[in-house]
Amino acid sequence: MELITGLFNYWVVVFLMMIGFYMVISHHNLVKKIVGLNIFQVSVFVFYISMSKIKGATAPILADGIEVYSNPLPHVLILTAIVVGVATTALGLALTVRIKDAFGSIEDDEIEAMEIEECVAEDVDANGKEASP
Amino acid sequence: MIASQLPILQVIVPLIAAPLVLLLRRSGAAWALTLLVTWSMFAIALVLLAQVMDGGVLYYRIGGWAAPWGIEYRLDQVGALVLVIVSGIGSVVIAYARASVEREIDSERIYLFYCMYLLCLTGLLGIAITGDVFNLFVFLEISSLSSYVLIALGRNRRALTAAYRYLIMGTIGATFYIIGVGLMYMQTGTLNIDDLATLIPAVADSRTIHAALAFLTVGICLKLALFPLHMWLPNAYAFAPSVVTAFLAATATKVAVYILIRIVFTVFGGVDVFAVVPLVQEALMGLALIGVFAASSVAIYQNDIKRMLAYSSVAQIGYIILGISLASSTGLTGGIIHLFNHALMKCTLFLAMGAVFMQAGGVSIRHMQGIGKTMPWTMAAFVIGGLSLIGVPLTVGFISKWYLILGVLEKGMWPVAGLVVLGSLLAVIYIWRVIEAAYFKDPSNDTITEAPLSMLAPMWVMALASVYFGIDATRTLDIATSAAQTLLGGGAP
Amino acid sequence: MSLGMSLETTMLLALATPLAGSVGIALVGNRQANLREAVTLLTAVTLFALVASLFPAIMDGARPTLTLGEMLPGLPIQFTLEPLGMTFAGVASFLWIVNSLYSIGYMRANKEMNQTRFYVCFAIALASTIGVAFAGNMLTLFICYEVLTICTYPLVAHAGTDLAKRNARIYLGILLTTSIGLQLLAILGTWVYAGTLDFRDGGIMAGAVEGPVAAILLFLYMYGIGKAAIMPVHRWLPAAMVAPTPVSALLHAVAVVKAGVFTVLKVVVYLFGIDYLTEWVNSDWLFYVAGFTILAASTIALRQNNLKRMLAYSTVSQLSYVVMATAILAPLSIVGAALHIVAHAFGKITLFFAAGSIYTAAHKTEINQLDGIGRRMPWTMGAFAIGALSMIGIPPTAGFISKWYILNGAMDAGHMAAVAVIIISALLNAGYFLPIVYAAFFKKPSADKADDHGEAPWPMVVALTVTAAGTILLFLFPEVFIDLAQQLI
Repeated sequence: MELITGLFNYWVVVFLMMIGFYMVISHHNLVKKIVGLNIFQVSVFVFYISMSKIKGATAPILADGIEVYSNPLPHVLILTAIVVGVATTALGLALTVRIKDAFGSIEDDEIEAMEIEECVAEDVDANGKEASP
Repeated sequence: MIASQLPILQVIVPLIAAPLVLLLRRSGAAWALTLLVTWSMFAIALVLLAQVMDGGVLYYRIGGWAAPWGIEYRLDQVGALVLVIVSGIGSVVIAYARASVEREIDSERIYLFYCMYLLCLTGLLGIAITGDVFNLFVFLEISSLSSYVLIALGRNRRALTAAYRYLIMGTIGATFYIIGVGLMYMQTGTLNIDDLATLIPAVADSRTIHAALAFLTVGICLKLALFPLHMWLPNAYAFAPSVVTAFLAATATKVAVYILIRIVFTVFGGVDVFAVVPLVQEALMGLALIGVFAASSVAIYQNDIKRMLAYSSVAQIGYIILGISLASSTGLTGGIIHLFNHALMKCTLFLAMGAVFMQAGGVSIRHMQGIGKTMPWTMAAFVIGGLSLIGVPLTVGFISKWYLILGVLEKGMWPVAGLVVLGSLLAVIYIWRVIEAAYFKDPSNDTITEAPLSMLAPMWVMALASVYFGIDATRTLDIATSAAQTLLGGGAP
Repeated sequence: MSLGMSLETTMLLALATPLAGSVGIALVGNRQANLREAVTLLTAVTLFALVASLFPAIMDGARPTLTLGEMLPGLPIQFTLEPLGMTFAGVASFLWIVNSLYSIGYMRANKEMNQTRFYVCFAIALASTIGVAFAGNMLTLFICYEVLTICTYPLVAHAGTDLAKRNARIYLGILLTTSIGLQLLAILGTWVYAGTLDFRDGGIMAGAVEGPVAAILLFLYMYGIGKAAIMPVHRWLPAAMVAPTPVSALLHAVAVVKAGVFTVLKVVVYLFGIDYLTEWVNSDWLFYVAGFTILAASTIALRQNNLKRMLAYSTVSQLSYVVMATAILAPLSIVGAALHIVAHAFGKITLFFAAGSIYTAAHKTEINQLDGIGRRMPWTMGAFAIGALSMIGIPPTAGFISKWYILNGAMDAGHMAAVAVIIISALLNAGYFLPIVYAAFFKKPSADKADDHGEAPWPMVVALTVTAAGTILLFLFPEVFIDLAQQLI
């Protein structure tokens, strides 16, 4: 029981992380991949925030009657990380829009099929010209 | 006065210049400003390297805040060398960029290219100079985000998917890194590299630190494209604009290797990582060797020369990691010197490819036919770079191979030494395919002419540098050796 | 004969002259063919004068050393001239003059393309050959060795046909694989264990390297020096025959292959040391491999119908004489090995010149086409006969002297197997050379092939006459080279 309750926050983190990771790997939809990536990152934010939280402690603002403060540094770090995460998401979505324009699809497998086709065409082109002496 | 502020200037100047470029908008002015900034960064990097070589590790407190609370910049030999590599390659590439970019990027987007280029430079320089593992993450993301954009600027639509895949893989890598940092912070309560180095030995045996090391290693190896985590790299290099490929190939993975060195030998400097967790060493060495062979073999079958060179990069990273995994003075020297040498030769090769792309309209093996006659100077530079990749004497590649094999032999690992030389023979095969096509086939198109001087000059600067440092290697080796010794001497000063 | 310069300066100039020549040739280019050829000849003559001027000092025991800066910590690029290098450099630079004359006739008569690239690469090849000859440590030698490989590649692939490209690939593939794959490892192993790569009298291994390690190193060196063409790494040499004949003549009968056996000698004499090898390392296998190569290559040569391929296999066999003589490890056989480098150079270049003349004048490449050709081309076939005698080892030719020394060395060492190999191989050589000479002079040309042609252009005839005369003169006055070679022991 201790394993579950005592490490409750870590279980949440691990659960979220695996969900996110799974989405990134398994989904073919480029937007869903980005969402998965987001969940993956958020799990890490939760991890940072929860580890600095001390039971019964408050935010580190000096006040009478309060002895225990939480560590503010990880919270600040995560502010930075959130900004980075937002930028990544924005860029990822922007790329998805461009991919949609260029390929007409946001399904990874369809795009890959188109790419392989293009690749094969290029190879045939190169080899075909090469074969003639 | 200014001399003492150089470490922060190294990072802050390109950071400020980036939005300025956005405001300028005109491509000529943007180029001029970028050139000025990059060249002065190179000058600063050289001064810093000289200072570090003379006086040892350099510290700089941002805003005067003392170390555990404020962010501290910390520069040692290997960091200074990376600064010189990044800014030096940047300087050469930017001189070359003007003509090439005009051809490969839409004219209304050119100023965006320069802006992103400066941000990428900021990130890469910042990684090398910072003394704080979280700050390092921020710089890593600055450089990564801007490089995703740079890659996506490529003309081919596959550049977009390449950038997208790199973004997914890169973000996972960076997130792994940040998890590792978090775990270390839980155990030590600090993010400062020197503090970590002193505090970690006490807790090194805990499972938390082992997990941290695992996350850090995997995350960084994703970034540096160690086989089999390299899948993002070939397409990204193949479809990015030529200038971007040349710049990223010579710097981005090198900086990631630097992070690995920093974590293994400085942050974990107090504990012998490879002795505590021997699996790390074996895994790194094994993957490095497999990577050399797998990537070189794949390179042989590529028709697109840029992609071929990209696979060759994966193989060369294998050599660098091999040197690091030896964890001996000679091996580490070999890894570090290859960091520098490979940057020179790959930059030469990709710049040559950029010129071919511009003049012949593509870089598949078909486009290479007869280039030896129509573009003799470009192709001669390519040959120098190629010979260097093989490791022929009188080129930098030979020096790297010499030290790597020496490091391997010192440990008595004859079979590994054999594998290293076999790997370089695979390079003969893929380089020679190109050389044969270029010199012994008739040009498919006689109207192709030599690239403009503004592109040839930077290319030849790199080519000559890779010959010069192959003949007179004592200076670079001094720096690499002293860097290796500082690193192996432990992280805590 | 001193030119009034210090020995070191002369060495530097000797190294720089062919390089400067190559730049000069490139600058003149295709536009002024006569001037370009004049530059080549002038460079060759200057080089020979410089090398020759070093000769008296070396005979007096001087060992000038030229250091060109440090490449790796503790490992300078260094050139030291000693008797063996003097011999090699002298032969190569002299034959370059003759060969340049010959090339001019050959390249023009056959209207070859890309002549500028040809002469430029040739000059660089000579520079690296001189570098190999002068090298003062193994690193320097290795560098020059590799440069020689790379800059001869365009010469082999010169024709640009698919066949030429394929053969050039074999050429480069084998030479680079062996040198980077094995030789470099051997050099690094030597550096790790012995702590130096200098060529020293008596070797550097004694007291530093244990027998088993030295045995591995010896193996790596011998197969790593692919240019010595011991079987099974000999295939590049027949492949290289696709090159224009002047290349086959100077490079694949003299400079490149001799660089190989020269390196073998250097490694054995100055890195391992004869005493050390005799005492500590089992090197018998080398002797047997070389002996096998001599006989097997001769047998293959017997079955060839293409003249140049036959000559190539003959070269493979003759090179292994040097390796075998070295492996016998007797003082006299080492002298014989050094002499054979010289003797074979003169003899084989004559044979190749003759083959090139026949191709230029009569457009014939196969042995069975040569019936009666001696009447139309008396000078060419006369020279061919002299070269053939030298290959077999019959007086009055240089081949006799060197084989005599090798034979004596083998006798002294009690190596009866070696004696047998030399005798059998002489018979085999006679078996494939003498029928050609006989057919050329005494058979009647078949009527339908009675196409009218005379001698080859005069520069080619002059060149092959000079080398044939050289073969005989070396028999009459061998003292110079014997004195040099005796300084080795």
